[in-house]
Amino acid sequence: MSETESIFESRGYAYANKLVSTEWVANNLNNPDVIIVESNEDALLYPSGHIPGAYEIDWTRDLNDPLQRDYLDSEQFEKLLSRIGATPSKTIVFYGDKNNWWAAYALWVFELFGFTNTRLLDGGRIKWMKEARELTRQIPEISSASNSVNERDDVTVRAFRNDVLNHLNTPGKLIDVRSPEEYNGTRLHMPDYPNEGATRGGHIPGAKSVPWARAINPDDGTFKTAEELKNLYQNEAQVNPNDDVIVYCRIGERSSHTWFVLKYLLGYSKVRNYDGSWTEWGNLVGVPIER
Amino acid sequence: MANPTKLQEYLDTLAMFPDRQDRIETLIGFADEYKHPSREAFPRDEKSKVPGCESEVYVRLTKTEDRFSFGYAVDNPQGISAMAMAAILTAGLENCTAQEINAIDDQIVFEIFGNELSMGKNLGLTNMLRVSKHLANLS
Repeated sequence: MSETESIFESRGYAYANKLVSTEWVANNLNNPDVIIVESNEDALLYPSGHIPGAYEIDWTRDLNDPLQRDYLDSEQFEKLLSRIGATPSKTIVFYGDKNNWWAAYALWVFELFGFTNTRLLDGGRIKWMKEARELTRQIPEISSASNSVNERDDVTVRAFRNDVLNHLNTPGKLIDVRSPEEYNGTRLHMPDYPNEGATRGGHIPGAKSVPWARAINPDDGTFKTAEELKNLYQNEAQVNPNDDVIVYCRIGERSSHTWFVLKYLLGYSKVRNYDGSWTEWGNLVGVPIER
Repeated sequence: MANPTKLQEYLDTLAMFPDRQDRIETLIGFADEYKHPSREAFPRDEKSKVPGCESEVYVRLTKTEDRFSFGYAVDNPQGISAMAMAAILTAGLENCTAQEINAIDDQIVFEIFGNELSMGKNLGLTNMLRVSKHLANLS
C-alpha cells in the first residue's frame, strides 16, 4: 500500500482507494496505466493550464447528448474512451474546479457505463494550484483505445422522476444537497446566481437538507474524515448506510459530489443520483413540494 | 451609440473566431494581458466589490475631467474568465465618458464569451460591466 493510500485509510473511508492525493498524481504523471482527466465548469481553465498529460472532458459537450436532455449513449461513450485512451485496466483520475463538482459528475457518468476503475483527486484543481504544482498548456495527443462498452445502466446509480415519486411511498431517504435558501424555497438557484431555472421553490417532501459543501474542508477542498461525514449524514440527517437513498440538487452535479461521498467514502449500499433534480421537479405539474 | 472604439476592436477580434476552441485561446490570450494589482496599490473594499462574481473582483475608477478609466482586481487565481473580462474592460473603457459607458449593452458578455456561459458566470461577468457603469454614474 502506498503512503497516500494510508492517508485515506487513516481517515476511515469505506473505499479509501477511490481517492488519490496531489502527491500521488505528481508521482504518477508518467504512469501509462493512469489517465488524468480534468472536468470544469469554466471552459477557459483547462486550456489556461492543467496537470501535465491531463485530458479534458467537458460536461456539456462530452457527457451530455447535444439535443435531448440525457447522457451520451454507449457508442458516444466508446468514442470518448478512445479519445482519452481509457481501458478498464487503466485508472482514471478525475479532478476539476468548483471543488470537484464536475469531476464527480464525470466519474458518476462513467459509472453509468460500468467504468469503475476511477478515482477523484482529493482537493481537486484548487489544491493542486495552491501547492504550486506544475501546470501546462500542452494538450496531450489524442489517444486511441478500443473498448467493448456496456449499455448505459440507468437503474443502479441513477434515478428518474418516477423513481422519486415511488420513493416517496417507500421508506426511502432523500437528500437535498442545495443551499438552505434553495431548500426552503426562498431562492430558485444558489446564492449569487440568477434566481431562475424553476417555476416553484422548495424541496421534495421528506428530503433532508445537507448542502454538499459540508462534506469538504473549506480551506483546501479535501474531504472530511469518515467520522465527520458519519456525524453529518447519520447523526444529523438520520440517513443510514443500508437506506435506499436518492440525492438531488439543481441539475445533478452537486449531488454527484454527495453521491460519491455516500457511496465510496461512507460505503452506503444503495445511492442514486436524481439528475433531473430541481430543474425538473420544480417545473413538473402536479408533483408534491414542501417548504 | 456605438461601442467605444477599443472595446469594439476586442469584439471584432473575437467575432473573427467562430470556432469555440479558437475563441477560448483568444480569451486566454486576453487573460494573459491582465496584471494583478497588489492590495497596497489597489485597496479592496465592499463598495468596489462586484456582486455575484465568484472570482472576487474589485473595480477601481479613475476620473480625468469628464472621462473615466477602470482597473480591476481579480483575487481568485482560477478566475480566468474574469481576468479576460478585466483586460478587455481595462483597455476597452479607457478614457470613455459616462454616456459612452452607459450605452454599452450588457449583451457584450455573450459576444465575448459565447452562449455556453453558465448562468453564474454570466451574472458575475455582466456585473463587472454594471459596477463600472454604476461607479461612473456616481462620480
